[in-house]
Parts: sequence; structure tokens; C-alpha cells
Amino acid sequence: MSPGGERVRVALSWLVVLVPAAWGVAQVVVKSAALFR
Amino acid sequence: MPPLDFLDRSRSIAAPGFSRWRVPPAALAIHLSIGQAYAFSVFNLPLSRQLGVTASATDDWRLSTIGWVFSIAIVFLGLSAFTFGRWLEAAGPRKAMFASALCFGGGLGVGALGVALHQFWLLALGYGVIGGIGLGLGYIAPVSTLMKWFPDRPGMATGMAIMGFGGGAMIGSPLAVLLMEQFATPTSTGAAAAMATMGALYALFMMFGVFTVRLPAPGWTPAVAVARSAAHTAGPDVHVNRVLRIPQFWLLWAVLCLNVTAGIGVLGAASPMIQEMFAGRIGPAAAGGFVGVLSLANMVGRFLWSSLSDVIGRRRTYAIFFALGAVLYALVPTIGRTGSVALFVGTYALIMTMYGGGFATIPAYLRDLFGVMHVGAIHGRLLTAWSTAGVLGPALVNYLREWQLARGTSPAEAYADTLYVMAVLLVVGFACNISVRAVDPRHHAAAPPVVA
Repeated sequence: MSPGGERVRVALSWLVVLVPAAWGVAQVVVKSAALFR
Repeated sequence: MPPLDFLDRSRSIAAPGFSRWRVPPAALAIHLSIGQAYAFSVFNLPLSRQLGVTASATDDWRLSTIGWVFSIAIVFLGLSAFTFGRWLEAAGPRKAMFASALCFGGGLGVGALGVALHQFWLLALGYGVIGGIGLGLGYIAPVSTLMKWFPDRPGMATGMAIMGFGGGAMIGSPLAVLLMEQFATPTSTGAAAAMATMGALYALFMMFGVFTVRLPAPGWTPAVAVARSAAHTAGPDVHVNRVLRIPQFWLLWAVLCLNVTAGIGVLGAASPMIQEMFAGRIGPAAAGGFVGVLSLANMVGRFLWSSLSDVIGRRRTYAIFFALGAVLYALVPTIGRTGSVALFVGTYALIMTMYGGGFATIPAYLRDLFGVMHVGAIHGRLLTAWSTAGVLGPALVNYLREWQLARGTSPAEAYADTLYVMAVLLVVGFACNISVRAVDPRHHAAAPPVVA
């Protein structure tokens, strides 16, 4: 396992979980905007 | 069974050169999925008009009945964590996470069938019992694994995973709404199809965690220098079968139970409270946004507070939760009367960070006291405190409220009194936390014999 290849695997792994998490957070941010409108 | 050999503990040992930073995403894939449980209430209204579709029919389930599904799931979370914690240590995280994915995804599927056939017992069995078992297995397996990979930062590592559980509702809630909109027809709410689809999607997403999780090789240590502070040193190992006889275990049980009970108390009251305290300024839509802000604070607090506990120590972290928490709970009604929405939201959000932090910091606290040998199994036993709080918290809040309203107390004042009672619970928690001392050496497990 080369260090460069391992770094790519780390980045891809994080991408898999961060994309749906970011979508969820974005939903909350949009919804909570009504609080201070 | 040869096709399932890859689930064996021995097959999940990391090869040399494996980066430990690939393990938190595997843990997050599990926790972000099972955290959907916090968003189960999004199904409440559609399930209450499953027969009537546009409005509840006579034979439709009542909201109070549907509420039991979540409670059963949380009870089975604790029971399965208690029962299977020891098995998990022996079988390894991959097998436990696989079982969790099957139970959680399958539980949603069986629950969907219960909804489609309008059989409540099938919904309770599917989502509550089978899904709840999946919750328990999925909750403890990644936490125990991360503590093995991050002995230098156990709080931060477990905080990352448990943050996922807190954030799971942020994905689960809008996803359920989206799917129900897609599947709804003039004769169906779309809830059954949405639940079945979510079961398949979550099982698939959890498989990512199953395939990518690894255990460190025996004797592995991180390449970075491990700071030798009290916050980083695991206690001597204690066998899981002994912990129920050790006072420190029960003190931490009370610490978790009280923190969660108080948190559930304020969470449940959040939406109606802000609408009544700021009547005319905050409507249902804005109150929904408020609940979203609290979910975000709950999630962020899980990571921040548990990471901070690596620096200042677990006991001090919980001392802050209980001392600052009690003051803030007691101040919320007064802050509401000042008329400042921003201050009210900020205070509530800070409280929620500590509620989440309480969940995320407890595994590292257990590791400090009982060592790493059986920390996953011990964590599983401690989670019965959560199950207890999950039943006691709402019951206490509802009983208090009904009792006060029956006495003629105004709704806003009834919320204030509830918060004062919760503040008292936190004071009791503070006393339990400062009573925690190192475990008596007579409880320590004997050192394993040296093999020549």
C-alpha cells in the first residue's frame, strides 16, 4: 500500500460519509433561516 | 460459512501502512444511519392517518400509540448493547456492524410491512425490536473500535462516531419527507414505501462501514507521540462481569441517565416553549427551524466536548455539563422573559451541546476507569441508562406538565417549572460525577500470562 494511494483511500472514505452529512446540515440551515427572518 | 469468512475478526486486522483515518468514516457510515432513529417522529403524522390518508380515520393509530415504537427501539438499543457487548469484543466489529446493518435495514423493512398491512405489532416488532437490536449493535461496535485506533485521543475519536448518531436525524428526517412525497398517492401516505426504501438504502450505506472497518494489529501503536497526561491514560483493565459490582459503574450510569433525562426534558419542550414564550413572533415554521438548530448543536457538541475532555479530563468535562447546565436550565425561563430570541436560542443551543457531549464523552470516561479490554461490552451495559432515561424522561416531563396544568398553572409557567426540576436532576448528576474515584485494585483483571 503506497502512502499516496492510502491518502486517496482516506479522502474517498471521508467523501462517502461527508456528502450525505453535508446535505443533511444544509437542510437544517435552510429550515432554521425562518427563525431569524 | 465460507462466503461470510470476510466478517471474521482475523480478516479485519489492518495491513501495515493502513491509515487509521479510514476508520472514522466507517464508524460514521454506521452512526449516521442508525441516528435516523432520532427522526422517527417524522413518520408520526403520516402513520396516524394511514387509513384515512388526508385525515385520521376511526381505526387509525393514535399518536400516543405510535410514540411507543421509538421507546421500544431505545429500550432494545440498551438491551442489545447489554447482551451482545461481550460477543462483539470476541466476534470483532465487522461481524457486529454487519448484523447491525441487517437488523436495522431489515427492521425498517418489517416495519414497512406492518404499516402496509396496518398491523401495529408488526411495526413495533420490526422497527422497535429488530431495528432496536440493530441500533445497539451499531452504536457500540464502532465506538469500541475507534478507541483501539486512537489511544492518544479517545474522546475525539468516539466523539466523531457519536456525532454521526446525533447528525443522523438531519439526513433521516428530510430523506423520509422526500421519499414520502415521491410515494404518496391519493390513497396512500407513502410512509410504508418510504420506510422500505430507507431500509434498503441504510443497509447499503452501512455495508460501506462493514467493508472498510479494520482493527489494529496486536501491539500496534500510533506513529505520533502519545502525550502522557492523565486524560490519555487508560485505567487498568476490569472484566465486564465485575463492573455491575463496582460503585464507579453505577455512578457513571447515574451520570448518563440524569444528563439524558434532563436533555430529553428540554428537547421535548423546545418547540412549544419557544412558540409560547415568543407568541406572535415565532410560528410553527420558525419553531421547526429552532429544533433544527438544536439538532445541529447536539451534533457539534458531541465532537467538541469529547475532544476537549482529552485535554481537561472526563471528570472536569462532566462537572462543567452539570454545573453550567443546571445554571442555564434555571435561567432559560428568565432569558425567555427578556424577549431576546437570539439569546434564548443561544442558551438552548449551548445546553444541547452539553446533552450531546454527555453521550460522546462517556466511552472515554469508561476507558479511563475500566481500561480497554472490555470497554465495548461495559459501554453496552451502561447504555441501559439511556434506555431508562428514554422512558423516564418523557414520562416525568409529561406527568409534571399535566399535574401543573391541572393545578391551574399557565402553559408557559409549567415549562419553567419543568426546567427547574431538570436543573435539580443536574445537581444530583454533579454530585455523582464528583464522587467518581479510581477503581479499587481488587477489581482489576489479572495480567495475562507471559507466553515464552
